[in-house]
Amino acid sequence: MKRHLISAADLTRDDAVLILDTAEEMARVADRPIKKLPTLRGRTICNLFFEDSTRTRISFEAAEKRLSADVINFAAKGSSVSKGESLKDTAQTLEAMGVDAVVIRHHASGAPYRLANSGWIDAPVINAGDGTHQHPTQALLDAFTMRRRLVGRDAGLGKGLDGRRITLVGDVLHSRVARSNVDLLHTLGAEVTLVAPPTLVPVGVETWPCEISYSLDEVLPKSDAVMMLRVQRERMNAAFFPTEREYSRRYGLDAARMARMPEDAIVMHPGPMVRGMEITAEVADSDRCTVVEQVANGVSIRMAVLYLLLGGSEPAVTTAPRTEETK
Amino acid sequence: MSKILIRGAKVLGGETQDVLIDGETIAEVGQDLSAEGATVVEAAGQILLPGLVDLHTHLREPGREDSETVLTGTRAAASGGYTAVFAMANTFPVADTAGVVEQVWRLGKESGYCDVQPIGAVTVGLEGKKLSELGAMHESAARVTVFSDDGKCVDDAVIMRRALEYVKAFGGVVAQHAQEPRLTEGAQMNEGIVSAELGLGGWPAVAEESIIARDVLLAEHVGSRVHICHLSTAGSVEIVRWAKSRGIDVTAEVTPHHLLLTDELVRSYNPVYKVNPPLRTERDVMALREALADGTIDIVATDHAPHPHEDKDCEWAAAAMGMVGLETALSVVQETMVETGLLDWAGVAERMSAAPARIGGLSGHGRPVSAGEPANLTLVDTSYRGPVDPAHFASRSRNTPYEGRELPGRVTHTFLRGRATVVDGKLA
Repeated sequence: MKRHLISAADLTRDDAVLILDTAEEMARVADRPIKKLPTLRGRTICNLFFEDSTRTRISFEAAEKRLSADVINFAAKGSSVSKGESLKDTAQTLEAMGVDAVVIRHHASGAPYRLANSGWIDAPVINAGDGTHQHPTQALLDAFTMRRRLVGRDAGLGKGLDGRRITLVGDVLHSRVARSNVDLLHTLGAEVTLVAPPTLVPVGVETWPCEISYSLDEVLPKSDAVMMLRVQRERMNAAFFPTEREYSRRYGLDAARMARMPEDAIVMHPGPMVRGMEITAEVADSDRCTVVEQVANGVSIRMAVLYLLLGGSEPAVTTAPRTEETK
Repeated sequence: MSKILIRGAKVLGGETQDVLIDGETIAEVGQDLSAEGATVVEAAGQILLPGLVDLHTHLREPGREDSETVLTGTRAAASGGYTAVFAMANTFPVADTAGVVEQVWRLGKESGYCDVQPIGAVTVGLEGKKLSELGAMHESAARVTVFSDDGKCVDDAVIMRRALEYVKAFGGVVAQHAQEPRLTEGAQMNEGIVSAELGLGGWPAVAEESIIARDVLLAEHVGSRVHICHLSTAGSVEIVRWAKSRGIDVTAEVTPHHLLLTDELVRSYNPVYKVNPPLRTERDVMALREALADGTIDIVATDHAPHPHEDKDCEWAAAAMGMVGLETALSVVQETMVETGLLDWAGVAERMSAAPARIGGLSGHGRPVSAGEPANLTLVDTSYRGPVDPAHFASRSRNTPYEGRELPGRVTHTFLRGRATVVDGKLA
């Protein structure tokens, strides 16, 4: 694996399967009464968030704490960044304080790449979402969820998602989740279809390893998993679609549409959901919807990524962990 | 008066000749001229060109002296072989009054490294709403004939029409920065395969092409001439070619970076490649080279755009747009046009000296290398090849996309009206 995790496209199939398998090990820890490993004791990880995010930040924070790392949360609002400090100076400040890894969320596409490749800092950089570019840990937790549901928790170990048909629906143009998922799912052998109104598909999409469709109804019967992407209501003001209602009618997932999916097919959403827009409450609350599982799996995936980037070669989970808590 | 004998240079890449400068003018061109009383410049194997003229330079003064001043910018120009530059109007304050253009003109006179011809803003404050006092700028000491809101497009069709018409009264020309503003809101790079992957806001080719199409039709309708700044797409080439075939009075420029670099470089997210208009695709680059060779594109202009280090040492979206270009332009043209066989040195002289001087109405520059002409000359060692080292730039800024890249050609001497501004590759 590379030193940093910037893009899902950086992962080889072996890398990705290793992360998914390691995450399964991490998930077992969550089933124990004491959910903590000593793996990253004495290491300091900074969560550097230049863009508001509650879900992703607390997911990383939970993962870091379960690995016994020391956690620094740095939110740009109210910090020196809002007073005009540059990304470079912020990064070098953290480096001087001796952080061992930086988890970064940034509104500008490419900011994590720049942080990792400009010589500003030495620590590994983990991209927690940059602009409309990439969100690799989201793609990993999505793939993890799909592998569990579509292949099996134990049966899936060591395997990818070969031949599984995955459909992503919604605002592809502005979605880092879509870009990351297309890259990772393709690497894992899945067949990916993107469904969106043509206004929300980027010019230049033709080189992506996936199919494009403008019709959700045609694709649904051939989908093993359907992932609904969040659509911001403000998009209609920029003429991406006429009204919220028209969007819902053409691209929203309701119970009638869900019934056209194969029996074992699942519904996914990276959250936060806009109920009534891209997904109805009936679908969101159904057994086929994996939203809550995805959140739980996110912690396991982030533990696996942090362990593999920082922990090195020692086994993540020993059969009788000699932690302080078990003494 | 001092005499200089340039001995054994290939004039415009052709015949090997001696050129005798006496005072401010070329006294004689011929074989085996007498060196008596003259300082001799041995130029065997080197190419002698008329001093280069840049129709599109940002000197930044007044207002952004942290990026460049008229003095540092003209030093950079001389280093690159230029004897005249046109200074763009997007300064602080904007060059939209006789007072500001005269200030820039006077600073140019004082610098002594090359002639500075100010460009006036088409509209007050570059806001595209109200015409600046174009006539007053023309009648000022600066004698402005080129008007441009460069950095911004004159997007209002009526304002553009009026500007094209109005400057006819004194032989002026409007140089358009062709960028439809609504199509480029939030634009960060060329819209295409690379922008789709990188998740950076797209700057579509059609935003340039639609404005060029409109403006050549406007120019035809009102019988004016129009100049297109930094043309960057294959589609723009086709429109200009069509317009010229119809007899429309349009001229166009291309920058060195659009002749060499593509949007693939943006994959590094290094803002040194961030520029407006953006780097395009390989197909566009090839079309631009061909158009410069066949005359569809008239000139090379640098769009020299200095920025301080901190404006490039950051994430892509926060970075300023633009690249310095004066000190590398001739090398890039040699690499992309001469060494590819698309253009000979006489063609380079036409596109980097004679034609820009003609379009800008600048007398005394872009003249033939012959007796009686002003001694504005550039001597180039075209056999040189080496990496670009920004540490040696005369410009105050270092935002070059060519750092470390091997490029051919080195300006050894520049003469401004008989006075050497560059000697043996160093500023005099």
